[in-house]
Amino acid sequence: MIAEDSVLLRIGLVKVVEMAGFAVAAEAGDAQELLAAVEEHRPGLAVVDVRMPPGFTDEGVRAALSIRQRYPGTAVLILSQYVEERYAADLLATNTSGVGYLLKQRVADVEEFIEALRRVAAGGTALDPQVVAQLLVRRSSDPLERLTARERDVLALMAEGRSNGGIAAQLVVSESAVAKHINNILAKLDLPKADADHRRVLAVLHFVGVGC
Amino acid sequence: MTVPPRLRRALVRLRRDVAFIAAGVTLHLVALLLQVWVVLLLLGTALDPDPDTPAVLAVSAPLLIVAGWGLTEPQRWRFRALCGVELPRQGFKEVKRQFGYNLLIGPLLGVLEFLLLALLLAALAASLVLVWIWAVPWEWRVQHHGYTTPASYLTVLGLVALAAVPVLAGGLVRLEILVGRAVLGVSRSDELARRVEDLTESRAGAVDAADAERRRIERDLHDGAQQRLVSLALNLGLAKATLTDLPPEAQQVIDAAHREAKDAIEELNNLVRGLHPAVLDELGLDAALSGLAARAPLPVRLRVDLPDGLPRRTAPAVEAVAYFVVSEALTNIAKHAREATRAEVTVARLGEILRVVVADDGPGGADPSRGTGLKGLAQRVRSVDGTFRMSSPVGGPTMMSVELPCPM
Repeated sequence: MIAEDSVLLRIGLVKVVEMAGFAVAAEAGDAQELLAAVEEHRPGLAVVDVRMPPGFTDEGVRAALSIRQRYPGTAVLILSQYVEERYAADLLATNTSGVGYLLKQRVADVEEFIEALRRVAAGGTALDPQVVAQLLVRRSSDPLERLTARERDVLALMAEGRSNGGIAAQLVVSESAVAKHINNILAKLDLPKADADHRRVLAVLHFVGVGC
Repeated sequence: MTVPPRLRRALVRLRRDVAFIAAGVTLHLVALLLQVWVVLLLLGTALDPDPDTPAVLAVSAPLLIVAGWGLTEPQRWRFRALCGVELPRQGFKEVKRQFGYNLLIGPLLGVLEFLLLALLLAALAASLVLVWIWAVPWEWRVQHHGYTTPASYLTVLGLVALAAVPVLAGGLVRLEILVGRAVLGVSRSDELARRVEDLTESRAGAVDAADAERRRIERDLHDGAQQRLVSLALNLGLAKATLTDLPPEAQQVIDAAHREAKDAIEELNNLVRGLHPAVLDELGLDAALSGLAARAPLPVRLRVDLPDGLPRRTAPAVEAVAYFVVSEALTNIAKHAREATRAEVTVARLGEILRVVVADDGPGGADPSRGTGLKGLAQRVRSVDGTFRMSSPVGGPTMMSVELPCPM
C-alpha cells in the first residue's frame, strides 16, 4: 500500500517495494484515499508520504496514527522530505512496533531502504538517523555525557531500530564487540537488559524521551 | 520710483495679513450671525409666539449644526492658501473641537478681526480727513471755520493708527495661527504617534510579506525540484541495484551520479530548511529547532523553555526571526569557528520577551560590523523591534544574545 502525491516518486517507490518482494495492493494520492484503501485491503505495510493534499502539512502523520490505532495489523513506514522529532514522538507514543520514519532520500539507497521496509513489516522499528540525532539533541543530559563516542554511535543505531548484526555491519566491527558496547551502554544509562531487539529499542527510545 | 525693499516687504505682509483677516471675518461672522439670528428667534418666540417661528427654527438650527462642521474645510483653505499653515483634514472626527472653533472661538476672533478692519478703515479715513473734507458742502466749513485744528489732530491720530495696523494685524494673525493649530491642528506628538503607527503597520506588513514569500519558495521547492531530485536519486539507485552486469566504467558513472544526486538533495534540503521549515508553522519554534541543532556539524545542546498552550504561541513573525537567528548562528559557527567543539542554544520566554542565546567555545573574534551574515541577522532582529548583542573576545567564547518582544 503506497500513498504519495508525487506521481514520479510513486512509480519509483512501487518498483523498489516490488524489488523487496512485496506486492503492491493499492496506491493513493492523498490521506483520504489511503485510509479508504487500508480499510479495503488491510495491507501488511503502508508506505506513506507526510505532506499530501489537500493541506500539504502533516496529513501523512495523522493518517499513519489512525492506521496504527485502527488496524494494528498494518505496519506504517512514513517518508518525508524532512524528519521532525515531534512527529516521531507522536508516532512512537502509542506503539513502537511496526513503525518507520525515514527521510525520502533514503529510498535512493535501495538495499538499505529495502532492509528498513522488511524490518518495519516484521514489526520492528526504523528511525532515520536524523530523527535520532534530533532526539539526542534534546537529551544532552549527564548520562549521555558518560558514554564514549563509539558508544554514542551504537546508541544512535540502536535507536534507529537496527539489530546487532545491522549495527556491526554499519560500524564495521564484530557482532561481539557490538554486544559489549550495548551492555556498557545499558549499564551506564541504567536501562533494563533485554534480549529481543524490539524490547531494547523500546528502552533506548524511552531513554531519549519518546515511546511508551 | 522704487519702493525700498523693507517697505515693500512690509506692504506685502500687510496685504497678506489683511486678506487673511478679511477672509476670517466673513467665515467667523457667518457663524456669529447665524447664532445671533437663532438666539433672537428663540427670544422672540418666548416673548411673542409667532406661527412661522418653528418652521424657521427647523431650518436655522440644522444650518447651525452644518456650520459647526462645514466651516472647518473653508478655514483649512484659508489657513493654507492665505498664510501657508497646514491643518489636518478633520472630517467627522474631533467634533467637539470643530464645533468649539466654528461656533465659539471663531466668532470671538471674528469680532477682533472686525475691529481691526474697522480700525484700518477708520485710520485711513482719519488720516485723509484734510483731503475728503473738501467734498463736504462749503456752508458746513463756513459754519465750523475752526475745523482745521481738530482735523489736523485727526490726521495725526489717523497716521499713528495706520502705523499701528500692520503690527496689530501681524499680532492677530499670529494669534489666529496659535489658536487654529491648538484647536484644529494636530499636536506634534500626535502627529509623530500617528506616523509611528503607520510605519509600524507598514513594516509589519513587509515582514509578513517576506515570511510569506519564504513559505512559498519552500513549498514550491518541496513540490517541485526536491521531488524530482529524490526521484532521480531513486532511479539511479535502482539502476545501481539492478544493472549488476554492466562494465565497471558504467557502474562507476552510475555510482558517481547517484552520489551527486544525494548530495544535491542534502544541500537543497539544508538551504530550504534554513528558509522557513513547514514544521515551524505546524508545530512552532520548539519543534523546529531540534532539526537545526541535529544538522549542525558539532554537538549542540538545545534547551527550549516556552510555556505550552496558553498563553498562545508566539507570533509567527517573531518565531520566524528566532528560527532564523539560530539557523544563521549555527551556520556561522560551522563556517568560521571550526575549532569550536560544542555549541549551546537556549531559547526561553520571559513574560513578553523571547530570549535566544547561542554560545560556542570557538576562537572568538567575531565582529558584527564585518561580514554580511551577522549584519543581516541584526537587521532581521531589528525588523521586529528586537535587540541583538554579541560578545566574542579573541580566544572565545562567543555568545550571541537576541531578545525579541512578543506581546501577549
